[in-house]
Amino acid sequence: MTFAADLLIAQNIAFYMIAAMMIFGAVKVVTVKNMVHAALWLVVVFGAMAAQFILLAAEFIAVTQVLVYIGAIVVLFLFGIMLTRAPMGRSDELDNGPSAKIVAIVVGAVLAGVLGFALWDGFGDDEFGEFAVQRTAEVSDSIFSTYLIPFEVISVLLLGALIGAIVLARRD
Amino acid sequence: MLINQFLFLGAVLFCIGVYGVLARRNGVLVLMSIELILNSVNINLIAFGQLHKDVSGQVFALFIIAVAAAEVGVGLAIVMMLYRNRRSIDIDEVDLMKG
Repeated sequence: MTFAADLLIAQNIAFYMIAAMMIFGAVKVVTVKNMVHAALWLVVVFGAMAAQFILLAAEFIAVTQVLVYIGAIVVLFLFGIMLTRAPMGRSDELDNGPSAKIVAIVVGAVLAGVLGFALWDGFGDDEFGEFAVQRTAEVSDSIFSTYLIPFEVISVLLLGALIGAIVLARRD
Repeated sequence: MLINQFLFLGAVLFCIGVYGVLARRNGVLVLMSIELILNSVNINLIAFGQLHKDVSGQVFALFIIAVAAAEVGVGLAIVMMLYRNRRSIDIDEVDLMKG
């Protein structure tokens, strides 16, 4: 067997292990009865997502994922849990009633069926072919040339969100 | 590797996120489910970027990460306001605009 075929098998094994971990973690996030545990399962999902980005040879996005999602957003969630004095232990007040849960399961299942059919119909078994590593330099070149204006708009959006969050959370 | 492996993974995570938004009652947990939804979109963009050997997918993923950060900042501020005014972040009790 050639080296490329060996690498493909290794990639596939890694993909399925990480994917199983992600789906398990995501199900835990939406079902667990303890809010702090939900935030910690979210870390598992985000970390595994970064690993998938590495598998897709997108190094810069993987690092950004760890920095922004695990480093900033999850910490923000933990602060949110603390500041709203959420129940620290198990609580049955976090979920809607059984009827709403059934509706949610039906909506999720129908959506999964439709999306799955569309993806299967549209992409069948298209292969990636040879993986090309997309270097950070290429990404930054693209941001600061082709996508310069959207980048500036995002900067203004972040500033607006910052000011909005301060105005909303200010005590007066 | 098939591109559909990654696309199916993204679709499953999206559906789990939608379930969370509908089934959860606590404001912070609803925001967590929204983060799951936003993150599942990124994997599609990166996978298509790899399929077409184009860095635009990664740039768009970066923009989504930035928008998600802004969204969660404002969202948590709103939840905080809700807690300050009502002493509860149960989003079922927020029915002021119900006719």
